[in-house]
Amino acid sequence: MTLLTQTLSLPRLTLRGISKQYPGCLANDDIHLDIAPAEIHALLGENGAGKSTLMKVIYGLVKPDSGELLWDGLPIEVKDPAHARKMGIGMVFQHFSLFETLTVTENIALALGDDAGELEALATKIRTVSERYGMAINPDREIHTLSVGERQRVEIVRCLVQNIKLLILDEPTSVLTPQEVETLFVTLRQLAEEGCSILFISHKLNEVKALCHKATVLRAGKVSGECIPAEEDTTSMAKLMVGDDTPVSTTYPKKLGSSPLLTITALDLPSDDPFGVHLRNINLTVNAGEIVGIAGVAGNGQEELLASLSGEHLCRDGKTIRFAETEVGKLPPDKRRQWGLAFVPEERLGRGAVPEMSLTENALLTGYLTGMVSKGMVAWNKAEAFADDIIQQYKVKAAGRNAQADSLSGGNLQKFIIGREIMQNPKILIAAHPTWGVDIGAATAIHKALIQLRDQGAAILVVSEDIDELFLISDRIGAICDGALSPFKPTPESSIQELGRMMAGDFSQSTSEGSASQ
Amino acid sequence: MDIDLITNILYAMIRTGTPLLIVAMGELICEKSGVLNLGQEGMMLMGAVVGFIVTLLSGSLLLGFLLAMVAGVLMSLIFGLITMELSANQVATGLALTIFGTGLSAFVGSDFVGKPIAGLDPIHIPVLTDLPIIGRMLFGQDLVVYLSFLLFAAVYWFINYSRPGLVLKAVGENPHAANAIGLPVMRTRYLAIIFGGAMAGLAGGYLSLAYTPLWAENMTAGRGWIALALVVFASWKVERVLLGAWLFGLASILHLVFQGLGFSVSPNLLAMLPYLATIVVLVILSSNQSRSRLVAPMSLGNPFYAKS
Repeated sequence: MTLLTQTLSLPRLTLRGISKQYPGCLANDDIHLDIAPAEIHALLGENGAGKSTLMKVIYGLVKPDSGELLWDGLPIEVKDPAHARKMGIGMVFQHFSLFETLTVTENIALALGDDAGELEALATKIRTVSERYGMAINPDREIHTLSVGERQRVEIVRCLVQNIKLLILDEPTSVLTPQEVETLFVTLRQLAEEGCSILFISHKLNEVKALCHKATVLRAGKVSGECIPAEEDTTSMAKLMVGDDTPVSTTYPKKLGSSPLLTITALDLPSDDPFGVHLRNINLTVNAGEIVGIAGVAGNGQEELLASLSGEHLCRDGKTIRFAETEVGKLPPDKRRQWGLAFVPEERLGRGAVPEMSLTENALLTGYLTGMVSKGMVAWNKAEAFADDIIQQYKVKAAGRNAQADSLSGGNLQKFIIGREIMQNPKILIAAHPTWGVDIGAATAIHKALIQLRDQGAAILVVSEDIDELFLISDRIGAICDGALSPFKPTPESSIQELGRMMAGDFSQSTSEGSASQ
Repeated sequence: MDIDLITNILYAMIRTGTPLLIVAMGELICEKSGVLNLGQEGMMLMGAVVGFIVTLLSGSLLLGFLLAMVAGVLMSLIFGLITMELSANQVATGLALTIFGTGLSAFVGSDFVGKPIAGLDPIHIPVLTDLPIIGRMLFGQDLVVYLSFLLFAAVYWFINYSRPGLVLKAVGENPHAANAIGLPVMRTRYLAIIFGGAMAGLAGGYLSLAYTPLWAENMTAGRGWIALALVVFASWKVERVLLGAWLFGLASILHLVFQGLGFSVSPNLLAMLPYLATIVVLVILSSNQSRSRLVAPMSLGNPFYAKS
């Protein structure tokens, strides 16, 4: 009995003084953390605050430089993920670790190791467990046929079929619609009531407030505070996260543009990627002087739509995409840029910037139209001046204009790319996830720059998974689901609930304009 | 065409296809783990020369075959160290291995060119072997041919039904995800590379100890490359590798068939048939983008290094 009571009173997991140094950045600095059994504990922090590193330490993917872990009160060294799983630690990654060409059962069998047993028996177990927690999945389907939400279920069920004591979820809601988030929370609460500890990693304050019993806030690798989310308001938690008094919420005046600058008409585009999404009858107009926001869960056709707009994927009919009156559907990217298009792709390293090239060279890559090349020769002084301008105006933290693009942190590179595109004063700007991974201060600066560009009369299309951001900056808003666009309406007339329904594919709403037939 | 000719063609088809089948099975396993080893030709040649010398000096065919496999493994370990520990480009390393193996085998074997040994004999079962048409094909081969049948069955079961086979496919599809759930990526790839080396060595040994029991410089004559093409031709499916190996075997003895039929076609023209067939299959495969991405191991040719 004493042993039992002892176990109950002890925290399930204790971190003592965990530190991890990476070249050029101290990711974790003397972190202390306690998670009790049956507790849902939030690990709150901005991108780059050290959340991911910390959870990799717990899961045995990263060795800390110093500090120790206590598991049920006993010091332990987690050797590798297999060891972590044996101890009863399960983890759901932000980018799923699933094998696309294998079935659900095979995927789960792989993770279970030698305990998997016969595949038939495992499939039955998967069915039972997934239904018990309200997350029905078919064990025989191959992963590439599943939606993103379903894949997350597979990841969670993969943890649940084992004897799990601590479930770590890394930003689990970023790929879900608001309704799916509710379902997930029901599951997590049920799990916690059964005694499982949950470490919920997030930067979304309202979710943490709705779900978590306790929260540990990280800032720049250090614990900046601990709190009980239910007793705090979001502003006070945000201050712990951000640290200074950056205004957390601002509003921008909404505008509606007049003359169409970007028109997509009946765009149908089958994807030639087996894991891709077919675009179905896309109709959308973006007017001069407005920002149109497209919400959606990742993998619903955003990539394909962006590729067809940037010119990476040409349309069969030039008329389907028009810039003002010019038909550009069959024009390659450089011709579209010459017309006045600027484009911020989702993938920063590789498509937004060349990793091995310096910032100056990367600035030149899309900025060359602004007079940096004459008679086939590069005017390096102009390119350097342009790069310096971007670095200065967008407060890019880098070792100067000669720094290699891949030496920058994700957020800083994003600021650089956004700055490079906006400073060319485009007529049309298409931006995917414009503030993904940048801190709140820089996000505000990017938002202001977008609004300013809008006020100069540019047409701006923003694709984002961050609904709050879309409501903040968009003048009109809609969603993409399974390759089709929902109706768009002025942002003040929409609501998060309605947008959530549309993200899930329920477009039942009569509106005047931009409607896509199912 | 008389019955004897058909009997002999069928016999030779299997026999010629056997080294292709063995080396292609090794390469298939290797590629399933995401490693593209273009060094087959070099590993085969080393297997051939080592097997020949050992048998010549010791008089033991078994020892010859065993050390041929050891030679293939050692060669594949060079490849493994360079591509796995040093994360070098697999294509360049594999090509270098072929060039290295070609040169080294010629150097090692220079004193043994043209010397005769008693090779591995085909078996003879009364009645069965003497059956018309299929007798020699099925019941008159040497032991290594039957071993290759067993090898096929084992690889088929391994890939489709065993747990290590599942791990192998997972590693070949997404090594980072595999690492994240605790699968031994490096060990799996090393074992796959070593298996590929052993099979290449065995196939080389088969050439110099059974197929044509002698050593000649560069005696594999491009079979390593045909095996590479064969894996693509089979779209990474075990059963198709088996059929493809025999088909390619038939293609490379087609000049005999044509002679029998009274045509004269340049053997050089016929020798290109396997490659032509592979090109045709590649065109058909890649005409459907979505299918082609599902057949090849998705991380094929990508080095893996765990980030810490």
